[in-house]
Order: sequence, then C-alpha cells, then structure tokens
Amino acid sequence: MPEPKTKSRKAHALVGYFDTPADLFHCCETLRDEGYKDFDAHTPFPVHGLEHAMGLRPSRLPWIVLAAAAFGLSSAYLMQWWMGGVDYPLNISGKPSFALPSSIPIMFELTVLCSAFGTFFGMWGLNRLPRYYDPVMKHPSFGRATDDKFFIAVEAKEEKYDPEGTRALLEKLGAKELLEVEP
Amino acid sequence: MSGQVVKNGARDVAKLTPEQAKRVVTFGAAAAVVGLGVAGAAYAVDRQRFAYSYLVGFMFVTTIALGALMFVLIQHVTRAGWSVGPRRQMEWVSGILPWTVALFVPVAMNAHTLYEAWMGPHAAEDKGIAKKLGYLNPQFFFIRAAVFFSAWALLAWWFGKTSAALDDSKESKTLTKKMQAASAPAILVTALTLTFAAFDWLMSLEPKWYSTIFGVYIFSGGFWSSLALLALMTIYLQGKGFFQRVSTVEHRHDIGKLLFGFTVFWAYIAFSQFFLIWYANIPEETIFFKHRWVESWQQVSMLLLFGHFVIPFLWLMPRTIKRSNAGLAIAAVWCLAMHYVDMYWLVMPNLDHQGAHFTWIDLGGLLGPVGVAALAIALRASKGSLFPVGDPRLPEAVRLQNL
Repeated sequence: MPEPKTKSRKAHALVGYFDTPADLFHCCETLRDEGYKDFDAHTPFPVHGLEHAMGLRPSRLPWIVLAAAAFGLSSAYLMQWWMGGVDYPLNISGKPSFALPSSIPIMFELTVLCSAFGTFFGMWGLNRLPRYYDPVMKHPSFGRATDDKFFIAVEAKEEKYDPEGTRALLEKLGAKELLEVEP
Repeated sequence: MSGQVVKNGARDVAKLTPEQAKRVVTFGAAAAVVGLGVAGAAYAVDRQRFAYSYLVGFMFVTTIALGALMFVLIQHVTRAGWSVGPRRQMEWVSGILPWTVALFVPVAMNAHTLYEAWMGPHAAEDKGIAKKLGYLNPQFFFIRAAVFFSAWALLAWWFGKTSAALDDSKESKTLTKKMQAASAPAILVTALTLTFAAFDWLMSLEPKWYSTIFGVYIFSGGFWSSLALLALMTIYLQGKGFFQRVSTVEHRHDIGKLLFGFTVFWAYIAFSQFFLIWYANIPEETIFFKHRWVESWQQVSMLLLFGHFVIPFLWLMPRTIKRSNAGLAIAAVWCLAMHYVDMYWLVMPNLDHQGAHFTWIDLGGLLGPVGVAALAIALRASKGSLFPVGDPRLPEAVRLQNL
C-alpha cells in the first residue's frame, strides 16, 4: 500500500464551526465543488437545501422500503395460502379455505408493517446506528451544534484531505476553532 | 402579458390579457357547442341509452366539481399555505357546481326511465322496495335534488367570490379568517349532500341494493380525479410561462403526492365495500357485483382494479415521475379516463345486462356535460386573477420546498 503523503494517521476529522447557516452553506458548496465527499454538517435545526450544497445523492432508503414492502406482501399471501389452504384447511361456514379477497387485509397490514420496519431499521443501517458517540463529538464546543453554532467536519479518510491544505481552506471560509479530533 | 406586480418578491403574471381571456372563453364555448351537439344527436338516435349514458357524463362532471369544492374547503380549514396558487384553479373547477342544476335537466326528464324500479307503477308490489318508498319517491327525490344544487351553488359561489375579493382588499386577513370559519360547516354540508346525491342518483338505480360506504366511494373517485384535473391545469399554465413562483415543480410534486395518496384511498374504500359484501354473501348485496361480473363486465371490473389502482399506484410511486411534467400529465389523463370508467361501471350495467359495449351514444352522454363544464371553467378563468394575489399566505406558498 502506498504511504499517504501528509495524512495524519491519528486524526479522525477536522472539525470547526460557523456562526450562521449561510456561512456553513457556502462552506459545503465550496467543499463539494473542490471534490470533497467525506464531510458532514451538524446544525441545530434543518437547513433547507443543505443536502444539495453538500452534493449528497438521494437516499437509498426508498429501495430498502420497497423491498421490505414486497417481502411483506408476498409473505402474507404465501403464509395464508400455506396455513389456510394447504397445511390446515378449516371449514368455516362453508367458505373457501383460501381465497384472495379474505387475504387482502393481512397482505395490506404486513406490507405496511414491513415497510415501517424497513424504513426505521433501514435508516439505522444507513446511518450505522446504534452508535453511542461519534469522534466528531470530541470537539470541545460540539455541544453548541444543538444550540447556536453550525459545525463542519471533514473526515481524514477523505481522498483530498490534507491537514494543512484543508485547514487553510476552511479558515479562508471563516470556520472557527478548527481542531483535529482523534478517532 | 399584463403585469400585476405582487408583493413579497413574487412577480408572477396574475392576469390573462384580454386576448388570452377571449381565447379561453372561445375554447370553452366551442367545447360546449360541440359537446351539446353530439349529445343532442345521441339523444335523437337512442333516447333510452342516452338517458344512462348522460347520467354517466353528468356524474363524471359533478363528482369532479364536488372534489374540487372539497379541496378548496380543506385548504381553508387546514390553513394551508402551499396550495394558495393551485386553490384558484380548484375554485374554477368548483365553479361548475352552479351549472349542475342545468345539467341535471336531462336526468330529471329521463328520471322515469332511469329509476323505473322505484318510480314506476310496480314499485309498491315489491316488498323490498315498498318499504323504501318513504324515501325513494319522486317528490322527495326532486326536493332533495333542489337542496343539493342550492347548497353546492351557494358554497362554490361564496368561496369563489370571497377568495377573489382577496385580490384588492385591505382586509385580506379578515376575509381569510371568515373563509376558514365557514369551511368547517361547509365540509359537513358538502359531505352530506354528496353522500345523499350518490345514494339518490346512482345507488337507487338498483333500489334493493345498498352500501353505507357508497357516498365515500363516490367522494374518493371525485376528489382523486379533481386532483388529476388540477395537475393538468397546473402543468399547462406553468408550460405557458405563468406561475414562476407561486406554483413550481414543488407544488406539482405535492399535487402528485395527493393524487398518489387518493389512488390508495379509492382502492381502500372500493375494497372495503367489496370485501364486506363478498364475506357476508347475502343475495341482495352480492347482486351488485354479480351484475358487474357478467360477460365483458368482468373485464371492466378488472380494468378498474388494475387501471384505477395498481397501475397509477406503481406509476406515481417514484419521486421523479411526480416531478416530471410528462410523467404527471400521463398519470392525470389516465386517472380522468379511469374515473369515467368507474362511473360507467356504476351506471351502465343497469342497461347493458349482457355485458359492456361502448357506443358513440355513450360518448354523447359524456361530451355534453364535459363541454358545459369546460365553458364554466373558462368563464371563471377568464375573469379575475390566476392566483389569489392578495392572499396573506402567498409568501408561504412561494417558499414551498420538498426535502
């Protein structure tokens, strides 16, 4: 493996903050245009359009939900067909032991249930949860990300990361209290 | 284009030029003349078939207009901000309602053909019908119709007029609050009149059959197709260069989401109606679906299942389709066609007992009411502004974003 030139092996990320969402927005746009990918923003409230400024691709979550929904729908059908129609048919008021109309409510419910699970746990998976803390939180002022500061964190695993160059770039954009946090 | 400048940074063209307005009205008038012409010819050729075909067309137009009125009322009662622009187009569509009383004349004239089972001389001989004659009798039927039409005309007129008054009123907040206060009782009135109109004009075609969810079923289809019409009008107006700010791709996306949602709502209600009847398996209830499972009616029933639910459901699911002009327009045209199939499926089996066969008479029954509706919309569109210029929630509509 080629040795990275100036990459600090210890640092996890370079973390700093801005006073206004506009500054953060501008910073994200600049990083995106510079070709940075592994960086994240932490804000006290949702900043509209930030995902575009960061150049994030649309979430893969809908596909996970679709797969979960298809699984729920088909498993509900197969389960009822197997239980009611094949394995243990019961004669109830002379009604057919298996029929599609009577199966639809269960098919609907399991589709909804599996979609909800797919959404909730799919989100966990995509966000690598549960996780008790993120190294970014080691920044001494990080608590203010839930109050009045707008944080930027450029991860060291980023291809373009360079302790001096990235720091200079962020400083130029107005980031404050820039610190390298350890993993 | 004449430019009425709007506050809050939005500088959309708010009015049609006199030439454009004239063209819109000419188009509406032409549609009405052609529609009524075809309808008249159909009436002359086959009076009996036309009575049923016309009822299909009449219900198609009336349910869409009621859906639009309901949309307007819901925006007021929920104090919706995003829909301030699209609300105006729905006010135009609900403007069909004062005309429905005129559109009802052919139905009233043919009432004895359509509702022979309980209006005819043999009604009292059938025990199942005799008990219902206290409600189902010609006098009460026409009194109720008069109540429905008065209520609808009043609501459509008042909400349209008050919303238009926002444009140059200094008390737009007071007017908005007034509409908000009136909208809740108005929803109640619309829901009840719509339900009983559905009972009177459609369900009573088979007087022994009944379904308590029938009113909701009619509402779901009407609301769904009024959203489809709104999508088409929005795409058209945006394509013509109107609505740069008050209505954008974000608003279209939201209309698409509602269309998607009500696709599911219709299916939910339609299945709820079918499921209980299927499960209980009582002859006077199952007869409704038995009539719709004869010969080619079977294919029409399946067309409804797939065309009214499965296909639009899958088509409208992706975000990109709802945000694409072509994707949403295709869905909207398809939904309107399916709403017609739905109305056809409700009415025509009472005439075509041996299976569905569509003829040009049916087209006449559709085009007559649709032409008049087009004129009613055109007359509203040609007057006043294209969106409520003075609405206090306009800035909110301009800011809309889908994350």
